Amino acid sequence: MTIAVPSSILQSAERAFPFGPPILELDSITLRFGGVQALTNISFNVLEHEIRAIIGPNGAGKSSMLNVINGIYQPQEGSITFRGERLSEMTPTHAAHLGIARTFQNIALFRGMSVLDNIMAGRILRTHATFLEVALQLPRARREESENRAAVEEIIEFLEIEHIRKTPVSRLPYGLQKRVELGRALAAEPKVLLLDEPMAGMNIEEKQDMCRFILDVNDHYGTTVVLIEHDMGVVMDISDRVVVLDYGKKIGDGTPGEVRSNQDVIDAYLGVAH
Amino acid sequence: MFYREAGQFRTSYAQDSQIFPLRQDRIGIAIILIAAVLLPFVANSYWLSAILIPWLVLSLVALGQNILMGYAGQLSLGSAGFMAVGAFACYNLILRVEGIPFVVAVALSGVCAALVGIVFGLPSLRIRGLYLAVATLAAQFFIVWALDKFPWFKNYDPAGVITAQPIIMFGHNFASPSEKYWVVLVIVAVLALLAKNMARGSVGRGWMAVRDMDVAAEAMGLSLLRTKLQAFAISSFYCGVGGALFAFAYLQTVEPSAFTIELSFRILFMVIIGGLGTIMGSFLGAGFILLMPIFLNVFFHGVFGQSVDASLISAVEQVIFGVMIIAFLIFEPLGLARLWQLTKERLRLWPFKH
Amino acid sequence: MQNFWFFIEVLVGGLLSGIMYSLVALGFVLIYKASSVFNFAQGAMVFFAVLTFVGVMELGLPFWAALPVAIGVMVLVGMATERFVLRPLVSQSEDTLLMATIGLSFVIEGVAQLAWGVDVRNLNLGIQDEPINWVMDRTGMLISQLDITAGIVASVMVAALALLFSRTKVGRGLRAVADDHAAALSIGIPLKHIWMLVWATAGVVALVAGMLWGARSGVQFALVWVALKALPVLIIGGFTSVPGVIVAGLLVGASEKVVEVYIGPQFGGGVEVWFPYVLAVLFLLVRPEGLFGEKIIRRV
Repeated sequence: MTIAVPSSILQSAERAFPFGPPILELDSITLRFGGVQALTNISFNVLEHEIRAIIGPNGAGKSSMLNVINGIYQPQEGSITFRGERLSEMTPTHAAHLGIARTFQNIALFRGMSVLDNIMAGRILRTHATFLEVALQLPRARREESENRAAVEEIIEFLEIEHIRKTPVSRLPYGLQKRVELGRALAAEPKVLLLDEPMAGMNIEEKQDMCRFILDVNDHYGTTVVLIEHDMGVVMDISDRVVVLDYGKKIGDGTPGEVRSNQDVIDAYLGVAH
Repeated sequence: MFYREAGQFRTSYAQDSQIFPLRQDRIGIAIILIAAVLLPFVANSYWLSAILIPWLVLSLVALGQNILMGYAGQLSLGSAGFMAVGAFACYNLILRVEGIPFVVAVALSGVCAALVGIVFGLPSLRIRGLYLAVATLAAQFFIVWALDKFPWFKNYDPAGVITAQPIIMFGHNFASPSEKYWVVLVIVAVLALLAKNMARGSVGRGWMAVRDMDVAAEAMGLSLLRTKLQAFAISSFYCGVGGALFAFAYLQTVEPSAFTIELSFRILFMVIIGGLGTIMGSFLGAGFILLMPIFLNVFFHGVFGQSVDASLISAVEQVIFGVMIIAFLIFEPLGLARLWQLTKERLRLWPFKH
Repeated sequence: MQNFWFFIEVLVGGLLSGIMYSLVALGFVLIYKASSVFNFAQGAMVFFAVLTFVGVMELGLPFWAALPVAIGVMVLVGMATERFVLRPLVSQSEDTLLMATIGLSFVIEGVAQLAWGVDVRNLNLGIQDEPINWVMDRTGMLISQLDITAGIVASVMVAALALLFSRTKVGRGLRAVADDHAAALSIGIPLKHIWMLVWATAGVVALVAGMLWGARSGVQFALVWVALKALPVLIIGGFTSVPGVIVAGLLVGASEKVVEVYIGPQFGGGVEVWFPYVLAVLFLLVRPEGLFGEKIIRRV
């Protein structure tokens, strides 16, 4: 059962990519870890080309929700529908093939590699040369490497990280690492981008940059974005619709304005016992 | 002032991703290769047979171990076992296939070792770290035992030890130390180049992704199964080829007891001291481990005047290796290769300080 | 009937080796529980402990004086390990620490040989390695007095350690330290004292195990590799479980002997070299946390 989308938020005239049909539909998702109920009966959808925020107090189950979407956790109940096709099971590899890319809350960069290599690694699904072709540097391997490098350089330019492309990521400050992780996710040319607290720990300038990048990606490539974020200002500014979770249950779903005036949401954030 | 890159521009991505982007490096490697080929004309046969050939062969095995441990992050203590597979496969191929060229036999032995590697690498899909190390230990012990107890491998030789056949290719018998050296040099150089290409390309990135953060790698579409098994296969191929060369170009005998767990530990040390996750490190580490006993011998001889008990030297050697491993892990986990790289960077600035 | 008693003899022999494996494995468990580090050098420590003990006695010290000296040396070795190997690497990955302890094992082996030489030494504990007469007369089984004594001593130590962990204040402190050093410090657990106790206990365990093994087969370098057999025991039993290690030790000891005696001859023997490891791998594939270990959960 999906939520009907009110016409008030559809079709803004300035959008390069007007909202499409729901690209992702979560239906009655329930997730348990032993005795702990992480998510209870969550249902919401994500329209194609929109920016959807998932917010909620700490421990509300937001990261778990993202992990369910890209198949790291298997829900005990409920289903995921991608582009109208109901999926019996989601695995991380399958999610990647469907065009879902993500970043992680605690930065999952490949610490032993440089910025360039990390982002190049994001091109895995666009690399078809076998190990033998790579070893012998046969034409297909070389061509793919050059093409992937060109695509990655575009992303590097877009994210303004040319000056650190050969730096090992472990030497970078936190904010830049998060940017590189975004670049790695973008390298896959995803249809859906899942961002787990992409701006955590950033100062105001870095957050502004990050917002700009996310909006640009959504605007230029039409990438659907689902992001978890704590900064209310950011959420209100850049998201089209918001889902609010608390203790694993959905307590709000709508535009930023609607959610902001929702009493349940206010109570959850102010810590009213319920 | 000599090692500057000023004036050398890379104008394409292909140029930027060369192995040796600096002209000085290219000249350097060319000189080294030419020197390596000309070496037998100046070196005596002791140096060739007892030092250079084993150095090249063990570097190759260390390369295999580095691919598995350094790049793909899979802890393995079974490299000697895969060497054994390669050695025995080569012996049996030459024995049973009439007129097979040596290089072909060696390549096929590598493939045999790769297949065995895939089988024993299967546990890596569910376990890691110490558990995986134990699984590779199981492989090591089982392989050596099987090769010993099933007489078919040794062609029913009553003594249990077999002599390696001569190295015959293109109708020529490569019998002298120089000829053996050249065969080994070519094989090792080619395989090292292939390894370098793989390590720098998409294959190597896949391995390192699995090593560093396999959950993220999976979320990007990487198949952990394929990548891990591929690492085991390629690594075992290198160890197998190394094992075949070890038997045919160095030991001249093929017996299971030459491929002990102590040898596996030696290879492990070569990789740790040389530098995990580097190609150069395999060569540096192998050289270090091989030369240390000789150096110690000379040192003690010089200081104490007479030949010292071999067991004393090996005890000192053990302590030194152990201390160096701990020291490298604490201070420079990237090993001798990184020290070499830092030296090069200093040279690039020379005579300036920074 | 003869066959039955023979089987029992093999089984008992296996169980007796098994309890020894458990003893050595407990040394590993001790260190692992206190520091989450697998101390690959434990085998080398067993060797060094008993070698020091024997060496000190050769220098003239009587049995009961040599014991505390050997234990004291092991405590020093342990403290040095903690200070120079474990502490500098405290934030590194498990694999790095494992490799460091591999390096450590080589250092200790080398030092042992430098200090005490390479000769094989005998250790006479006053108990003969001869069959127990009344058992042999009744059943025809050949069970060595030495083995039985070793088994009893090992069992007593194993029981004592198990109690130490579960019942005492010290045992609880140890578990706290293993889980979280900083937190343990902040609630007033004296870290230094705990460490000293851990290493002293591990040292005693290593010494006793070394003495028992050494009395059977001589104090020689091969002892180090015998200790490696404790690895499958730890895997099958679970790294953190004392009862698991006990059961697993008995299982490994018994099964390897039975397989070697009954199936081994068909292949020319030597099966016990690899059998415990393959058994451990099979366990890993089916039940990675071991018989009694804790399930490992990785957070994303």
